[in-house]
Amino acid sequence: MLKIEPMENEVKFNSESLAVIEKIVARYPEGKHKSALIPVLHLAQAEFEGWLSPAAMDEVARVLNLKPIEVYEVASFYTMFNLSPVGKCLIEVCRTSSCWLRGANEIVEHIEKKLNIKDGETTADGMFTLKTVECLGSCGTAPMMMIGAQFHENLTYEKVDTILDSCKTENKRKTYFDNVNIEHY
Amino acid sequence: MGKKLLLANDHVPGIKGFEVYRANGGYKSVEKAVKTMSPDAVVEEVKKSGLRGRGGAGFPTGMKWSFLAKPEGVARYLVCNADESEPGTFKDRYLMSRIPHILVEGMITSGFALGATAGYIYIRGEYFYIVSILEKAIEEAYANGFLGKNILGSGFNYDLYVHVGAGAYICGEETALLESLEGKRGNPRIKPPFPAIAGLYGCPTVVNNVETIAAVVPIINDGGEAYAAVGIGKSAGTKLISASGHINKPGVYEIEMGITVEDFIYSDEYCGGIKNGKKLKAVVAGGSSVPILPADKILTTPSGEKRLMSYESLADGGFASGTMLGSGGFIVMDETASVVENLHTFARFYHHESCGQCSPCREGTGWMEKILHKILDGHGTVEDIELLWEIQSKIEGNTICPLGDAAAWPVASAIRHFRSEFEEYVKNPNNLKKVRHYDSVNQLVSA
Repeated sequence: MLKIEPMENEVKFNSESLAVIEKIVARYPEGKHKSALIPVLHLAQAEFEGWLSPAAMDEVARVLNLKPIEVYEVASFYTMFNLSPVGKCLIEVCRTSSCWLRGANEIVEHIEKKLNIKDGETTADGMFTLKTVECLGSCGTAPMMMIGAQFHENLTYEKVDTILDSCKTENKRKTYFDNVNIEHY
Repeated sequence: MGKKLLLANDHVPGIKGFEVYRANGGYKSVEKAVKTMSPDAVVEEVKKSGLRGRGGAGFPTGMKWSFLAKPEGVARYLVCNADESEPGTFKDRYLMSRIPHILVEGMITSGFALGATAGYIYIRGEYFYIVSILEKAIEEAYANGFLGKNILGSGFNYDLYVHVGAGAYICGEETALLESLEGKRGNPRIKPPFPAIAGLYGCPTVVNNVETIAAVVPIINDGGEAYAAVGIGKSAGTKLISASGHINKPGVYEIEMGITVEDFIYSDEYCGGIKNGKKLKAVVAGGSSVPILPADKILTTPSGEKRLMSYESLADGGFASGTMLGSGGFIVMDETASVVENLHTFARFYHHESCGQCSPCREGTGWMEKILHKILDGHGTVEDIELLWEIQSKIEGNTICPLGDAAAWPVASAIRHFRSEFEEYVKNPNNLKKVRHYDSVNQLVSA
């Protein structure tokens, strides 16, 4: 009989994340641990370089005792999960109505020129990815962009320049967990 | 100054923390409810208050609560819908990030009324930074005996959790939200059964918007009748309005329902008039889904009276000449704005956010976006305007959830009130402003 050896998955959550996962699972009734899937996918994306590789999703399936397909089908549904690599700083620019009315398209064009990339592309140095997104709930402080968990509001070209330049100097991966106390996640 | 019920203490330094919030009358509704009232009496006050769902539908909250099934020995849940994603709406974000305890307090008092075993706050993923603000507030409420076992010695046990989403407008639809909370794709469920009978994990569940839950606090503190006395007619109480677009003072305003639209747009207490002294062209009064109205129709009702900020007055005239209060996302456009281009941003939004479950919405939203792109690109024909009309009419009413309607109404109203602008686009394409091509093109390819 054919014997299939399971492939060794080199992607593993660190012990800090595993402790957080345990805490998250405890929020849901016995047997309803699947509810933890989206919060845990966020953790995985932050820990594994900003995107969900098949190996990262398999690791999520393993720790939550789910079938890999249950993880893939959810990860592919939600906009915030990246299924391919992104730069260290993912720039998400809102361009729906209120932001468009206050110059979102011009902000996008400015970033495209400055970074020499188009919407959806990553800079050659792997520093920035530009992504246009739908309404982020910052309509009163439009135009806006989000980098990591940080909302940058009332944007001007100068403000964008300052923010992107400081990201570059910092040279750090931005995640949705920036400024989020993991004790309070 | 109008009466403020939710944002009364917004200006108080440190109101985000438990001590200051408590010192300013916070958590009194919990004390009053669990110590002096029965759960049914709390529901009764909410019924008397006339409070209507603040997420957009405007369904009477007390009635929604009274539908909750209460079979013996089965868990019941209260879920707060903090998946605020309707374009033009940012009031829940404002409230949660500035006065998180009012939501926590409302979740406890409401949870008591419903006999809930646990409460979940489902917050959109993009509001990630608010997750820790809420978690901290919840931790403080536990530490002070307002959450957990035997709350204030009343015998009421109740836990409250925050659950973060990951970017999906559809999860603001209550059954999609429950699917998502169960760790699945956010596909809306077929109703019935309604969540009140079979909701989270198949158990009886109430889903309410952030602002609705927060409004329960003043209702229990001052009584349902006092709340009903604020506002106008069946539009009881105050409403948070998110004001954006071409105005001098964008932001979140708590208004007493019944003030005039004109006052809201032009008075210095609210929007402060149109930016740069321009003229008002159009308003989307209740978030992207509601019909857009030209200046004359938003300011006056069909009978020539001043239109008011209320459920009834905004809807006066039906879809022929009225609109809806919706979520209170108030987007103002001046004379320079292109209604067709604005509609394209909405069409792109709904196309992106359709869950894909129902064919009319999955296919129709994409077609509408493509046709609008074609028109903006200078290749439109008069027939395209008719085709847009036909597509929207075939989406409306033919889908499991209201996203289909929400995608159709902006298209229908834009053509209804601004047909000449569409015609100008198809007849004189050379007069168009420069349109970026590649963004939509990329999107269409990937979709």
